[in-house]
Amino acid sequence: MQKSSARKTIEIIIFTLFMFFLFAPLFSMGIWSVALRWYWPNTFPQEIGLDYWLQALGITKSLTLGAVNVIPAFLLSLGIAIIVVIITMAIAIPAGYSLAKLRIPALLKGMILILFLLPRAFPQQPVFINLMLMFNKIGLTGTVFGVILVHLVVGLVFAVWITASTFSSIPPELEEAARSVGASRLKAFFKVTLPISTPGLIASAVFVFLTSMDEFTGTFFVGIPFVTTLPMTLYSASGSNIQFASVIAILLLIPSILFMIIIQKFLKAEHLGGIGG
Amino acid sequence: MAILKVNSLSKNFGKVKAVQEVSFEAPEGKVLSLLGPSGCGKTTTLRCIAGFENPDEGEISLDDRRITHIPPEKRGIGMVFQNYALWPHMTVYANLAFGLQIKKIPKDEIIKKIKKVLNMVRLEGYENRYPRQMSGGQQQRIAMARALVFEPEIMLLDEPLSNLDAQLREEMRFEFTELQKKLGITAVYVTHDQAEALVISDKIVILNQGEIVQSGSPKEIYSNPKNKFVAGFIAVTSFIDGNVDSFSNEKKKVMVKTDDGYVIYGFNSNFSIGQPVSIAIRMNTLKIFQDESKKVNMFRGKIIQSSYLGNTIDYKIKMGKWEIRTNAEAKYDYDIGEEVIFYLPPEEIIVTSQK
Repeated sequence: MQKSSARKTIEIIIFTLFMFFLFAPLFSMGIWSVALRWYWPNTFPQEIGLDYWLQALGITKSLTLGAVNVIPAFLLSLGIAIIVVIITMAIAIPAGYSLAKLRIPALLKGMILILFLLPRAFPQQPVFINLMLMFNKIGLTGTVFGVILVHLVVGLVFAVWITASTFSSIPPELEEAARSVGASRLKAFFKVTLPISTPGLIASAVFVFLTSMDEFTGTFFVGIPFVTTLPMTLYSASGSNIQFASVIAILLLIPSILFMIIIQKFLKAEHLGGIGG
Repeated sequence: MAILKVNSLSKNFGKVKAVQEVSFEAPEGKVLSLLGPSGCGKTTTLRCIAGFENPDEGEISLDDRRITHIPPEKRGIGMVFQNYALWPHMTVYANLAFGLQIKKIPKDEIIKKIKKVLNMVRLEGYENRYPRQMSGGQQQRIAMARALVFEPEIMLLDEPLSNLDAQLREEMRFEFTELQKKLGITAVYVTHDQAEALVISDKIVILNQGEIVQSGSPKEIYSNPKNKFVAGFIAVTSFIDGNVDSFSNEKKKVMVKTDDGYVIYGFNSNFSIGQPVSIAIRMNTLKIFQDESKKVNMFRGKIIQSSYLGNTIDYKIKMGKWEIRTNAEAKYDYDIGEEVIFYLPPEEIIVTSQK
């Protein structure tokens, strides 16, 4: 009895600390996003209001707040992220499948996987500055297409690795069983392998989506001055205007949280899948 | 129902010769077992028949249809996998219906066929279960049902019972045999379990290192193993090497002399004088005697190991440089180091070739 209540106390303390570390920064950001006047030594803002929110969401247009409408930037980020996810998965699914299921010599397989990892193996700035110089020559800098290409490089790293490991975790007999009852290779893939690997593929797609939403360095070098994604807006606001920066940060969090919920749902499905005998 | 012919099949994986020049014929409506230790090429052979591996050389045919290089989905061969390979995201119904739907069989007929096959494997009413909701034995039966439901000409089974516990395995052996006889389907059964192979097979093909060592009926193989390897695989536990010395009166009785002077009699007329042979002794062949009442094959030895099994005792007896294992009744209770007199009945020992 004594022991369990002591244990309970410790659990509560750990849980409280956990919630504090998880939510305190968010909470502070939430307060900042509605603080109109907040000077030392006040614990809470002297004046609160939704002015920065209204401004950022494009509902009011004031020249004094130093905040701009971020809806176009948000939509641009969202659009780029969706396109990046589609293209990345269209490449990563066949690539991951081939790496996992076809008889490729181990050395070649390792080389291909390393190749996909390479852009991440070096400091990001030099990589993207080089990319910018190359893109300059062919007129890709400052275009949305150029930015999408940069995001693809980043996204493919995760996507290929995750899909390859997802496919290789599926026993080959499952596909062979489908073929033995009359399914073609393609049918076996679409009816057996793909549905079973859905959780892994969704997880991989969500990862790609989130990295694209948050991607800054590559977008900065390749996209300026014409492509302004949400992280770029955040960067230009973060030095001078904490309220505005907080609003953008919260906006950036929304898709992340939504997708975390989706991931959780699908990961549960994977447990239920009970692969193997 | 069909006759499966495999003709000088070879398959290499890089430098590994997995299957070499393997030929056999699976008789119509019978069970043929491919038996051998792991890595002997039995599974590779089966996978070549199923179409999951492309053989380097050789021909495979079903009746008069050559199937060596056609894709697995066009062969019409049912397959049962060691890990069952049921599709975890589908119900039992969907698992069984999958192949039938591909064949565009009308729905009401599919329902009828599934009902019938579930009845056959004694799992009526399991249509809506998921594989994870069933025990290993039940999953195994569904895997068999899935291979049978589209009425294949021939059925392949890759160690289908090896994931089950001993008792269930024995039950399933009989169930499989019953089902197979009822359907009269030709089956090729891969196993490393000699007891299983003896029970279920009409014909056994023994493989070692990718080559066929011996093939024949279970009885032939059990009573007349071709060499030491086959004998060792079919439950022989002790060997004594020697040379054929002479044949006695009835011509079939052979006298074998070991290099340390033992003379052992057995029956086998397939050898010539001077040929090196091996005396193979099963677990319960050796009889411990209290007196020297027989004229031949009486020997003395020393108990060097014993394990008590309740109604019997396992002894390891040393005779010269040879060690013989035996399973004696518990009334023969000896201590380690004690000397015993024993008899090797000539009609029960096997004379086989050393290689």
